[in-house]
Amino acid sequence: MVGIAMPAPDRGVLARRDEIVAALKAIVPGEGVIDALTEMRPYETDALTAYRQMPLVVVLPETVDQVSRILRYCYENEVKVVPRGAGTSLSGGALPLADGVLMSMMKFNRILDIDFPNRAVIAQPGVTNLGITRAVEHEGFYYAPDPSSQIACSIGGNIAENSGGVHCLKYGLTTNNVLGLEMVLITGEVIRLGGKHMEAEGYDLLALMTGSEGLLGVVTEVTVRILQKPETARAALVGFPTSEDGGRCVADIIAAGIIPGGMEMMDGPAIQAAEDYVNAGYPRDAEALLIVELDGPEAEVDFLLARVEEIARANRAGYLRVSTSEEERLVFWAGRKSAFPAVGRISPDYLCMDGTIPRRELPRVLAGMRELSVKHGLRCANVFHAGDGNLHPLILYDANKPGELEAAEAFGADILRLCVAVGGVLTGEHGVGIEKRDLMPEMFSEDDLKQQQRVKCAFDDKHLLNPGKVFPVLHRCADLGMMHVHKGQLAFPDIPRF
Amino acid sequence: MTHSALTPTTAEEMRDVLAYAAAEELPVEILGQGSKRALGRPVQAAHVLDLSRLSGVEVYEPAELVLTAKAGTPMAEIEALVAGAGQELSFEPMDFGPLLGEAAGKGTLGGLIGANLAGPRRIKAGAARDHILGLDAVSGRGEIFRSGGRVVKNVTGYDLPRALTGAYGTLAVSTLITLKVNPRAETSASLALNGLSDAAAVAAMCAAMGSSAEVSAAAHLPEGICQRLGVAGEDRPGPVTLLRLEGFGPSVEYRFANLARRLAEFGPAERIGDAASKALWQAVRDVIPFAGSRNPVWRVSVPPASGAELMQRLRSMMPVEGFYDWSGGLLWLQMLDGEVHDVPLRAAIADHGGGHATLIRASAATRAAVPVFQPQPAPLAALSRRLKAQFDPKGILNPGRMVADA
Repeated sequence: MVGIAMPAPDRGVLARRDEIVAALKAIVPGEGVIDALTEMRPYETDALTAYRQMPLVVVLPETVDQVSRILRYCYENEVKVVPRGAGTSLSGGALPLADGVLMSMMKFNRILDIDFPNRAVIAQPGVTNLGITRAVEHEGFYYAPDPSSQIACSIGGNIAENSGGVHCLKYGLTTNNVLGLEMVLITGEVIRLGGKHMEAEGYDLLALMTGSEGLLGVVTEVTVRILQKPETARAALVGFPTSEDGGRCVADIIAAGIIPGGMEMMDGPAIQAAEDYVNAGYPRDAEALLIVELDGPEAEVDFLLARVEEIARANRAGYLRVSTSEEERLVFWAGRKSAFPAVGRISPDYLCMDGTIPRRELPRVLAGMRELSVKHGLRCANVFHAGDGNLHPLILYDANKPGELEAAEAFGADILRLCVAVGGVLTGEHGVGIEKRDLMPEMFSEDDLKQQQRVKCAFDDKHLLNPGKVFPVLHRCADLGMMHVHKGQLAFPDIPRF
Repeated sequence: MTHSALTPTTAEEMRDVLAYAAAEELPVEILGQGSKRALGRPVQAAHVLDLSRLSGVEVYEPAELVLTAKAGTPMAEIEALVAGAGQELSFEPMDFGPLLGEAAGKGTLGGLIGANLAGPRRIKAGAARDHILGLDAVSGRGEIFRSGGRVVKNVTGYDLPRALTGAYGTLAVSTLITLKVNPRAETSASLALNGLSDAAAVAAMCAAMGSSAEVSAAAHLPEGICQRLGVAGEDRPGPVTLLRLEGFGPSVEYRFANLARRLAEFGPAERIGDAASKALWQAVRDVIPFAGSRNPVWRVSVPPASGAELMQRLRSMMPVEGFYDWSGGLLWLQMLDGEVHDVPLRAAIADHGGGHATLIRASAATRAAVPVFQPQPAPLAALSRRLKAQFDPKGILNPGRMVADA
């Protein structure tokens, strides 16, 4: 592993492996416990494949009762647990621990209730994001948050990462579309939050769980809201001579009161790579390409597309095409949606970063990335969610060349520092995981991080759920509970920093 | 009980005040303009922490759709500012003033977050929790912390801003809050259906909300209540079922025609134009039909489709009148005999698909005696207590506001 260290494995736990495996087999019979090295191999990494670690053992529970008993056993015996959905996390959120049980939730794969009158679906956490839409589309409904991995990623993982996608600007992230959930605490207690009604009662623990990256509890059931599919969707493809023009166009569209269903931008290198890959008809001479999709009633879409065209012309658009058929709309998107594999063709490896900035800072950040590209000696292509300022710089490198992965990681860290410096954040949708863990102090003070970790203590006082993720320093809950810390002094210099 | 008011002007002063209060174990009641002071359980505190001098909008960037303001900033100031740029808080926060016997138009940004306000656009636009992006706050430990950010897409760390929304100031006191704002709809209209029974109204609202007309609010007002709102006319004695459409002019016209066709089986659709529609929905939002009385008022949150059945059951059990802010899944109830009926009410909700009831209006003595918020199962209540202890170990922030022992 490069760059990022994990907590040192507990030798005592490693020595007790046989006993732990036997205990898990008593809870989950048959093939639900995987302890052979070769069979654990598929679990050693998630979609952040630069990092790999074999778990102590893999367990695949099938019932809430089994989840509860596994967690209670781990709590009583001080064994760490890493929950895992479909393993599509891009930030290493499901990276196993050598001394931890990896708990896969993929056997929780059923949709339990489809309630059209209340526009809600209850699903188990292993159901894929797209699986929910598939289950309701015959009645004209869909589930709005649409991460690019939606064909594979699980709804439970979406909760853990507060996933988003192209539709987020208009329809919100996972957190805005989840109504309730059932979860199991590390103590084995089963708790229900929210439901088909709108308001969660008491403290908004549903909000805390969403995006908590598997550190607070294990989700066993999810209630999501479904929406009626828009009557129609049409897209405009707009090319600009500079990224500044494109950025200004985005701002003007929003200032005109238009919230598109999706608004995506690609820079020069991404346009070339995508066009080479899918021949979508993108303008190769453009420095910035904007896809603006409007969805809703037909009359509204036509009316707003005319306004978007006016705004684009006023911002020096050199190229403008509006889709006239569903096929054409999909071709517009084909290049954007295949930007990652397209870039994969022009570089042996790439690192996909994920920061959000205030939109107005876009030209400054793009210029900064060009400078960083020279500094680190690596190329960078950009595709991003322009409507909400969520950037995905793709840093191109060759893992077989010594030092290039390290250079790519340093480049990525510099980009995220730049995002924070202009008023943005470290991650817009991929999560902190292990990837951005050590950058957390760029955005948060010691006190900020301590208060977040105190939340963890309320849920998991022994730090057994997914430790080593999100927070760069592992405080003991007893230390975090103390008051009257002297100002300006590091309170506990002996605490391990990874 | 109140002995003195503390009025910090900066986050640092607030920190010093709360660090002192924590060290001395002196409870404080957190107060903006007091418009929601009668909401929740009465607080017993030695001091009032008055946020009125922590006021002012720091950053408003319409093109970024964000606004950052100090917690004590009056909502009236914020609403006027964003309206000037053609924007609004799209969750249309309700104004509790009239219902609680206070003047309308009061309230601060901190209060909006503390009470997680929402309006009839709840299903489409969410509540305050869905629009908060970041905050600076001081915990009950007397420590300043920041969470979230100023951009609309952010998953960095736990979502403390949302978790503090709706916590009634019992976890931390916000000093600076960043909210997402949205463009205000160019125009609106409401489609009214007359004379429907509760069950037929729910069927019509289900059909409307399940259509592609993008209905942004749905309500059903039984006879007596729409008369009080002035929506009932001679030709229309009530009840009235209302569906709101908002957006660009041509879009609203087109969707209105489509929706009227879709709902033809429920009777002819009447059109209520922009100005009248706005006034009507504001009255629904602020529960104006129940203003000006002292009878207990409950807000009941249920799966929308079970509302009519529950209402029918309640009418058979207690002297109650109510209306449906249906799109928010809310039943607003007024107890006509002055009693709260909390036990049978909550039992009936549990029998009809679940949900929860919040006692919104009652005397201080009643609110101290009856659980104002829905009682929680033991493991959930214990977790909530542990969370409170992590933010406010000495229990100095609004003690007792949500539950008796915390």
